Amino acid sequence: MTGRADTRGAVSVTPSRVAFAAILAKDLRSELRTLQSLPAMALFAVTTFVVFRFGLDRTSLSGSLASGVLWATLLFAAVLGINRLFVAEREEGGFDAIRLAPIDRSVLFAAKAAALLVYLLALEAIAVPIFALFFLDSAAGLGPLLAVLLLADLGLAATGTLISSMAVNSRARDLLVPLVLLPLVVPLMIAATGATEPLLAAGGPAYDRFGTWLAVLGLYDLIFGLVGYAVFDFLLED
Amino acid sequence: MYGKGLRPLSIATVAMLALSLSLVFFYAPLDADQGFIQKIFYLHVPLAIVALVGFVVGGVFAIAHLRSGNRKWDAYSYVAIHMSVIFGVAVLITGAIWAKASWGHWWVWDEPTLVSFLIVFLMYATYYPFRYAIEDPERQARYASVFAIAAGAFVPLNFMAVRMAESLVHPRTFATANGGLPAEMMLTFLCSLAAMALLWTTLVKFELTAKSASGQVKRLRRALDAPVPGSGSRIAPEVS
Repeated sequence: MTGRADTRGAVSVTPSRVAFAAILAKDLRSELRTLQSLPAMALFAVTTFVVFRFGLDRTSLSGSLASGVLWATLLFAAVLGINRLFVAEREEGGFDAIRLAPIDRSVLFAAKAAALLVYLLALEAIAVPIFALFFLDSAAGLGPLLAVLLLADLGLAATGTLISSMAVNSRARDLLVPLVLLPLVVPLMIAATGATEPLLAAGGPAYDRFGTWLAVLGLYDLIFGLVGYAVFDFLLED
Repeated sequence: MYGKGLRPLSIATVAMLALSLSLVFFYAPLDADQGFIQKIFYLHVPLAIVALVGFVVGGVFAIAHLRSGNRKWDAYSYVAIHMSVIFGVAVLITGAIWAKASWGHWWVWDEPTLVSFLIVFLMYATYYPFRYAIEDPERQARYASVFAIAAGAFVPLNFMAVRMAESLVHPRTFATANGGLPAEMMLTFLCSLAAMALLWTTLVKFELTAKSASGQVKRLRRALDAPVPGSGSRIAPEVS
């Protein structure tokens, strides 16, 4: 990942694609080896389902209750991963290394968001089937739910990366992520639950305003993707 | 130097507030449905509009800070958001009073404007613990600006999402669209809006002036080797 000096002695900048792939591969490899975040997120999600089963005193869920339980659980499990996203960078001097490397700094934002997206998809690959097994009468709504999950994950990855990178450099880092992130993702949750609710309705999946909600999710992803990409440079300066 | 023009601005604000209040009580007609309580509309809605615009203005100042690197803009952004949060408290209180009087409940979840304002308010309430958690002043200013920009983009998006969520189950019966107002009400409303905007600007200017003065005093004391009493607020940025 170091810049190569060409014949005239000028340092060439590593192409962003290469840097992106390197950082993403580094993150996924270290997660695979240490298993710091994902097992905790999945375990937390499953335990939360059990808490909801007794808290709501229901053995099967549908409609708004199902979508609320699913999204609240996924969001809080995501917060666990988001909290830890930059811990290695801070503790092992990764931020300094990125600053020294001849790469465009926004690449770190894109790569970290991609890593978080992978975590979230892996979390959902575990948690959603278990949710269906625990609470749902039919799995018919799960197919179209994939689109909602993917779009909501993109938005969560963008905002989560942005907030996490700021929180990790503060005194109250574990406190700051849930505090700042939750209000920020309220619109995302409104759209995600709005799209999920008819999908998990008792009488089989319906598609009330499904496209509109997906459009809102897409707009949220676009705006916070762009905001994160534009301001991330300033978070790395020192 | 921040104090320049503060006196005429304050006088204009007081005059405008007096004018708008007299219009509210002596000129604007009584609402046919809601009667006297509807007059809180001239306080509540301008406060809300000014607070929301103030939040976005804080984001614009934050962009200026990141682009120029001048810490002055961070102080502007902080004071703008600070003042808007205070206005936001007033919005929530007046809104609750109005809701109790006209709908019978202190809080109504079906009304999208209420809910979206609450979410925006909660979002900006986290601005203080966020600033407070970062010790290095230079980094604090940069991070706060990033927060202000992200939150500024969040304000319109949030209003859209909440409005869509509610229109599904609840028709907008209490639309406050200005198109439906009679001319006298419209004029009164615009005067109140101008008065609130002036009040916001004056208070922002006052706070900047106060910060700049206390910063100067602190520097002078340091230059004279005099003891500096109390290091002041740790979250509020200093103004040079």
